[in-house]
Amino acid sequence: MDAALTGIGAVFEAHADNAAVKALSELATDAKFDRGELTITVSRENIIAACEAVRQAGYTFLEDVTAVDWYPSEPRFQITYHILSMALKTRVRLAVRLNGDDAVIDSIVDVWPSANFYEREVFDLFGVRFSGHPNLRRIMMPEDWQGHPLRKDYPVEGYR
Amino acid sequence: MAPIAAPEMLNPGVEDVLADTKTHQGVPPPQDQTMVINMGPQHPSTHGVLRLVLEIDGESVVSLAPDIGYLHTGIEKTCEAKFYQQVVPLTDRIDYLCPMTNNLAYCLATERLLGLEIPERAQYLRVLLNELTRIQSHLVWLGTHAMDIGALTVFLYCFREREEILRIFEAVAGQRMMTSYFRIGGVSMEPPLDFHKQVQNFLNIMPDRVQQYEDLLTANPIWMGRLKGIGLLSAADAIALGVTGPPLRASGVDWDLRRDMPYSGYEKFKFNVPVSNDCDVFARYAVRMDEMRESVKICQQALDGMPEGRIVADAPKIMLPDREQMKTQMEALIHHFKLVTEGFGVPAGEVYQAVESPRGEMGYYVVSDGTAKPYRVHMRNPSYASLQALETMCKGRLLADVVAVIGSIDIVLGEIDR
Repeated sequence: MDAALTGIGAVFEAHADNAAVKALSELATDAKFDRGELTITVSRENIIAACEAVRQAGYTFLEDVTAVDWYPSEPRFQITYHILSMALKTRVRLAVRLNGDDAVIDSIVDVWPSANFYEREVFDLFGVRFSGHPNLRRIMMPEDWQGHPLRKDYPVEGYR
Repeated sequence: MAPIAAPEMLNPGVEDVLADTKTHQGVPPPQDQTMVINMGPQHPSTHGVLRLVLEIDGESVVSLAPDIGYLHTGIEKTCEAKFYQQVVPLTDRIDYLCPMTNNLAYCLATERLLGLEIPERAQYLRVLLNELTRIQSHLVWLGTHAMDIGALTVFLYCFREREEILRIFEAVAGQRMMTSYFRIGGVSMEPPLDFHKQVQNFLNIMPDRVQQYEDLLTANPIWMGRLKGIGLLSAADAIALGVTGPPLRASGVDWDLRRDMPYSGYEKFKFNVPVSNDCDVFARYAVRMDEMRESVKICQQALDGMPEGRIVADAPKIMLPDREQMKTQMEALIHHFKLVTEGFGVPAGEVYQAVESPRGEMGYYVVSDGTAKPYRVHMRNPSYASLQALETMCKGRLLADVVAVIGSIDIVLGEIDR
């Protein structure tokens, strides 16, 4: 297994030809190349711009939007977007870190309509809000459920 | 037509659900001649507990909103409380029609985190069983889809062959459905001695049986009338809505992860990827029928080329030792004790591994923080995304076609709700 490359400098130099690297050279705040997977971190203000940029670069298929809760460290939430390029046969992972007390990010439904359900799931299970989402309601849990089960401070057995 | 019932009398929450489609899709507000009806969650043609809130004008669908979550069991949360190896049986239960595919996606993801090399024999076994799983899943789809349309006979024929596959699974793993046969690092045990013969017998009969189903359905005027030109989904819409698998290929997008981003040794196998440009329910039927034939070819190649050798990786710190060794060697006993009580640590990192399940792209996103339990496991499920395309496919069409369209995207509610 090759050692992971971390940091914008190292990754962008080693993968200068990568379409996603070229598209995000302005927007990236951090980057990682680990186990054959490219991760580019952007700030939350730029997520729509970043999605548009990679889509222009040929990454046309949004596979997944999900989150990781790094509680108790801050910024707490990592929102992860997996985007596939069918033409280039490769994928890129966009990551955004959000603070726990201000877990809001722009919705990318206007870029990819398929983000609708994915973002609702993240809202339901993590409590991250997506501004501009057309219908931000719970999707898995009952409407009157208290709390967000996939947060790390939510017990596995639930509250009883 | 006079208004039949006010929406709020039918079910609380109906308007909330409808708000989804209206705000986003730009549907005009309901006129007084439209009616809101509930379909499901207990409805035989929704293939599980899917609830659809439909707004209909006479017989045609004005808007449609899926309401899911009735089967939510919190598997992703449960995974975080288990050792890596203990997660494997949970993955079966996500998509109960293709347990082996789930096992494979999870094991591949974790193996990439660990940097494990899998012996070739295990890879061949995995490919062989995955293709049998695909045939088995397509048979359930075909039987139930035909039954929804009204062709009741096909169901019995399909389940006859499915039974053969389940017998193979039982012989291999001891279980018919929740097989949990794959392990991180390989497969759990050697297949039985008559495995080769059993699979070969099945592969000998299967091409003829696929032809039998086709004889029953393909040229049947009722079948064609119900399926052709129904549930149209353009390639651009399919990609925008995240549709994968047979529905995507039936919309003319030539994309199959087994061929285009191969995993588990699929690059060694020769097969065609069926594609159709008709974009309708019939095209999805045709694509899946051809896929079954291609799967038989892959199974045959895997069976013929099956190498001898180990079935688990040579990694004593990760794989449970052989029973014999455990009872005769001190070191193996210690490894066994440590693995069972403490699990094994996985180097920190994150991995997304996608495989081509019978329904489309099944992706496992596994995040490790270096401990013996996964920090986060997320499944990207094909039916979940395909469900979003349901409205695009049904809008403006007849209510009766909704049943055909649901059948054509082959949803499994277990994997949607997780």
